[in-house]
Amino acid sequence: MEWIQQLINGISLGSIYALIALGYTMVYGIIKLINFAHGDVFMIGAFVGFYAIAGWGLGFFPALLLAMAVCAVFGVLIERIAYKRLRNATRIAALITAIGVSLLIEYGFIYVRGAQAAAYPDVLANKNYDLFGIQVSSQSLLILVVSIVLMIILHFVVHRTKIGKAMRAVSHDMEAAQLMGINVNTTISATFAIGSALAGAAGVFFGVYYTKIEPLMGVIPGVKAFVAAVLGGIGIIPGAMVGGLVLGVVETIVSALGFSQWRDAAAFIILILILLFRPSGIFGKNAREKV
Amino acid sequence: MLKVDQIDVYYGNIQALKGVSLEVHEGEIVTLIGANGAGKSTLLKTLSGLLKPKKGTIQYLENSIAGKPAQSIVKAGISHVPEGRRVFANMTVEENLQLGAYLRKDSQGVKQDFERVYELFPRLLERKKQLSGTLSGGEQQMLAMGRAIMAKPKLLLLDEPSMGLAPLMVKTIFSIIEEINRAGTTILLVEQNAHMALSVANRAYVIETGSVVASGPAAELQASEQIKEAYLGGL
Repeated sequence: MEWIQQLINGISLGSIYALIALGYTMVYGIIKLINFAHGDVFMIGAFVGFYAIAGWGLGFFPALLLAMAVCAVFGVLIERIAYKRLRNATRIAALITAIGVSLLIEYGFIYVRGAQAAAYPDVLANKNYDLFGIQVSSQSLLILVVSIVLMIILHFVVHRTKIGKAMRAVSHDMEAAQLMGINVNTTISATFAIGSALAGAAGVFFGVYYTKIEPLMGVIPGVKAFVAAVLGGIGIIPGAMVGGLVLGVVETIVSALGFSQWRDAAAFIILILILLFRPSGIFGKNAREKV
Repeated sequence: MLKVDQIDVYYGNIQALKGVSLEVHEGEIVTLIGANGAGKSTLLKTLSGLLKPKKGTIQYLENSIAGKPAQSIVKAGISHVPEGRRVFANMTVEENLQLGAYLRKDSQGVKQDFERVYELFPRLLERKKQLSGTLSGGEQQMLAMGRAIMAKPKLLLLDEPSMGLAPLMVKTIFSIIEEINRAGTTILLVEQNAHMALSVANRAYVIETGSVVASGPAAELQASEQIKEAYLGGL
């Protein structure tokens, strides 16, 4: 029974990773850029949620929506200001810019606010439910359910709506998409907005779940979500979801076995293994260069 | 309908088109023939807004479209079927066709055009729910053309529709091109298969290393010794 409990904890953690990983993978899918500032968007989301709850007394869901909205705008601004002009530059130039943007957000935020940590307000009364002998906290259950709902909405947007189809078209062939009359700039902005909103939601979940947030909190979850995206196959949306969940469960299991010191190492061991044995990820096809 | 006047187009520092002029009248099939690398695809890409001319003008229905963004050119009624088909392989046939109608707001008309495309290409109806990456080359060419028709173009730009297709499929594709033209769409056709292209076109331009070197009625060019020698394999 204890194992099932751990599994549920792992899935909750994993759904946070999955939400962040989705933004990485969507942005990579469309402009082939690893947006290393994405973890910092997650951090901004956590703080917007924090101020909304602690400062303005908003409830969990209004704070969540506000954090998602602010992050969406923030993500679009990052793209418009920093990445747009590099669209035809070498990929390494864009990558270095992304790292620069990440550092700018982290230390800019510290400069404005200070580096001290904050304790997340207790916005959700945490109850433990007894489900057939398994203890489940209401928080992890809520995080899990809301994450799943967000992923279902994302799936719907990507597959059923016009903007979703445009996103898939641009990510497959930007030039051909233009010939359909698709506005590439708008589509890329929409991708950044959606990915950043999901990271913002993950930030609020993280705050509620772990109760401590600070300006550099995005670094490690950001890198781990990147691992999750690579694990699932970078650029593939279901891959990011599965990769995130797998990573969360593996970390929880490693902790439960008594190796909690090794928890972070587990993610990087997975990254090394995947790069050695299946660099295209779980869902990726081996990319053969077309001649 | 379309009047290209003295355009220069560059890829970086390399000049791909040098003072190219060309005209397409409403209802015509005009073909542009020439060897690989002569600048045929570059010209089409410039017309559809993927490339910007450095010099010269492009008039389309009284409007200047040189350097306009691709989406406003599609909106104005020019659709471009690119070389190599470029279908969205990870999407179904139906989704590809929907993307062709991306800018249209008249859902009734879109519905009619779906029927029209499925009538022109019954194969696509059979494979409606199939991922387009699994189609054969000929079917992908049909899809790329159907997708362009979904935008309801007045002028259709076709880039190498016969490339890599079996002779029988080439015949099918060309008879469909003529059918599309008879239904009222003007066509600018780029081809390496000069023989086929000249047999369906009203007029033709011959392009060589970025410049137009000959033009005239298709039948005349077909009869010219010089063209025969260079592009029709001396037949």
